[in-house]
Amino acid sequence: MAQLTFREAIARGIAQEMRRDESVVFLGEDIGAAGGVFKGTVGLLDEFGPVRVRDTPISEQAILGAAMGAAMTGLRPIAEIMFADFFAVCWDIVVNEIAKSRYMTNGQVTFPLVIRSGNGGGLRFGAQHSQSVENWAMMIPGLKVVVPSNATDVIGLMAASIRDDDPVIFLEAKALYSTKMDVPDGEIVDTLGSAKVLRKGSDATLVSLGYMVPRALAAAEELAASGIDCTVIDVRSLVPLDTQTILREVSATGRLFTVEENPRLCGWGGELSSIVSEEIFYDLDGPVVRITTPHIPLPAADALEDMAIPSVERVVTTVTKSMNS
Amino acid sequence: MTTTTAVSAGPTDFETKLDMYKMQVALRQFETRAYDLFLENLVKGTSHLSLGQEAIAAGFATAMQKTDWTFATYRGHAHTLARGVPMTPVLAELLGRSNGLMAGKGGSMHLTSVEHGVMGSYAIIGAHLPIACGAAWSAQYRGTDQVAVCFFGDGSVNIGAFHEALNFAAVWKLPVVFVCENNLWMEYTRTSDVTAVANPAADRAAAYGLESIIVDGNDADAVYDVASAAIARARAGEGPSMIEATTYRHGGHSRADPGKYRPDAEVAEWLAKDPLPRYRARLLESGATEEQLSAIEAEVAAEVDLATEEAKAGGVPGEDLLMKDVWANGGSAWRN
Repeated sequence: MAQLTFREAIARGIAQEMRRDESVVFLGEDIGAAGGVFKGTVGLLDEFGPVRVRDTPISEQAILGAAMGAAMTGLRPIAEIMFADFFAVCWDIVVNEIAKSRYMTNGQVTFPLVIRSGNGGGLRFGAQHSQSVENWAMMIPGLKVVVPSNATDVIGLMAASIRDDDPVIFLEAKALYSTKMDVPDGEIVDTLGSAKVLRKGSDATLVSLGYMVPRALAAAEELAASGIDCTVIDVRSLVPLDTQTILREVSATGRLFTVEENPRLCGWGGELSSIVSEEIFYDLDGPVVRITTPHIPLPAADALEDMAIPSVERVVTTVTKSMNS
Repeated sequence: MTTTTAVSAGPTDFETKLDMYKMQVALRQFETRAYDLFLENLVKGTSHLSLGQEAIAAGFATAMQKTDWTFATYRGHAHTLARGVPMTPVLAELLGRSNGLMAGKGGSMHLTSVEHGVMGSYAIIGAHLPIACGAAWSAQYRGTDQVAVCFFGDGSVNIGAFHEALNFAAVWKLPVVFVCENNLWMEYTRTSDVTAVANPAADRAAAYGLESIIVDGNDADAVYDVASAAIARARAGEGPSMIEATTYRHGGHSRADPGKYRPDAEVAEWLAKDPLPRYRARLLESGATEEQLSAIEAEVAAEVDLATEEAKAGGVPGEDLLMKDVWANGGSAWRN
């Protein structure tokens, strides 16, 4: 057991897989010599050398096109898109090419690749470097979408994503990079499509993802003190989605609150709300409530950004009000 | 630097030249049949024919090794057939039949046959240049001698992915050959009206440090020669090349386009440079007999007829295909 930051876990997860499989290669901007702009890839160039850990020009289409071409011809590339906002300049390769080619070719090609990216707000970077794009990826058939919330999960889910034969969009909450936890020694390999129940309660179920997971947990502690006992779920992967765990836990408490960093429209909580109302409507004791960032571009100033992204306080207030109404 | 080539020796043995003629005839007759079937409303959706551009596909495919990769655009029938994919599955794919190359799931614009090295036909302008770089990177990393050959039209030279891929291929010294089929028209617009340099692909490629060659794309021998040299360079680890092959499409951009925006005189000038009669005349001058060439043409006509029958006889794709192969496990489930 060693204490590890979320950012250190990224390098450990990638290194774990590069050691066991020569076909795993890594490319991106400033990932090698610089160790990543968020210092998430420190040490990889030294251990694996410049043939396997390759710095690229600022050319996101070239990076993802190269990852795709390599994946369809025998490699298992990991590509970094520095900020998730930059998916907008290479989205064609993701959506039109990587996501669709297996289906269009009647299964002739597979794309065992991982695209990892710094996602979301909390760092006061403003609207073009703070977006939560998990819902962009979730709505595209052919993409798996993984969002870890802590260092141990980063390693295990990274390993599972690299070993998976399908394209995985691996979104790392930038605001969590400096968080620390005790991480078990040795190889860690997790499973995609498995949500985790982090806290069991009897009154309401809070379903959260990525950056919002520690906030949902903190809110649950405060709510418990005022007599509202919450279950907290970390979704961890939007595609595949572990609906069984979520439906079971929502049925048990009779209430669902989603805690989402993404702007309101078409956030993952909307899909979850639809599934819950279609499948366990009669188990509900009250309306499904979504707690999200408002439908606005994210502002830069700390005061404004803090108002926008769901806070512990907003979760507590919203849940309390809804449970007491 | 940019080199304009005027040499056209072609393959050294005569049998290969005859094969290359047969390939061009096959592409011509196949595309003509595809157009006829469209007029009969049997080819659905859209299609983009290579009529007039056959020499490029034939010259390159002849110069490539079996293990090399082709990356094509939506104008990809010719490049797919040239790598040895049989006519029946290609035609059946155009007809949306279950015996199609991809069982009807891709259609005319996405022809792919991995077993023949045809790694896909891509319908978003420019997208496949970076993807071809990735395959080339894979060959470089794994230490194989495979080369990726990436075909695209002159309309691709003004989109971002083109420029990213050229620089990327050059700095990583990738075994990739870019081939611009410059047919002078970017869909309905003359390329020179919207492009600031005279040689839209070669001039840009030279600026990115690629070996750049301009060739008569209506001369299969000339194409074969430059293809062989560029592929050999790539295979030897000497990096990427750009070949700009000048040509002309006999028809419009896509099936619904009669191409009326092109001046009659220009069309007539290029029809006079049709690669097929040119190659035929050259073969006759080099010792082939009229009977020999007529026999090749008749053989191809019979193949196209047979493929048409077989494609038409194909079944309707079943519902079992609909939810298949989104994922590597063959399925499409996104939840448990």
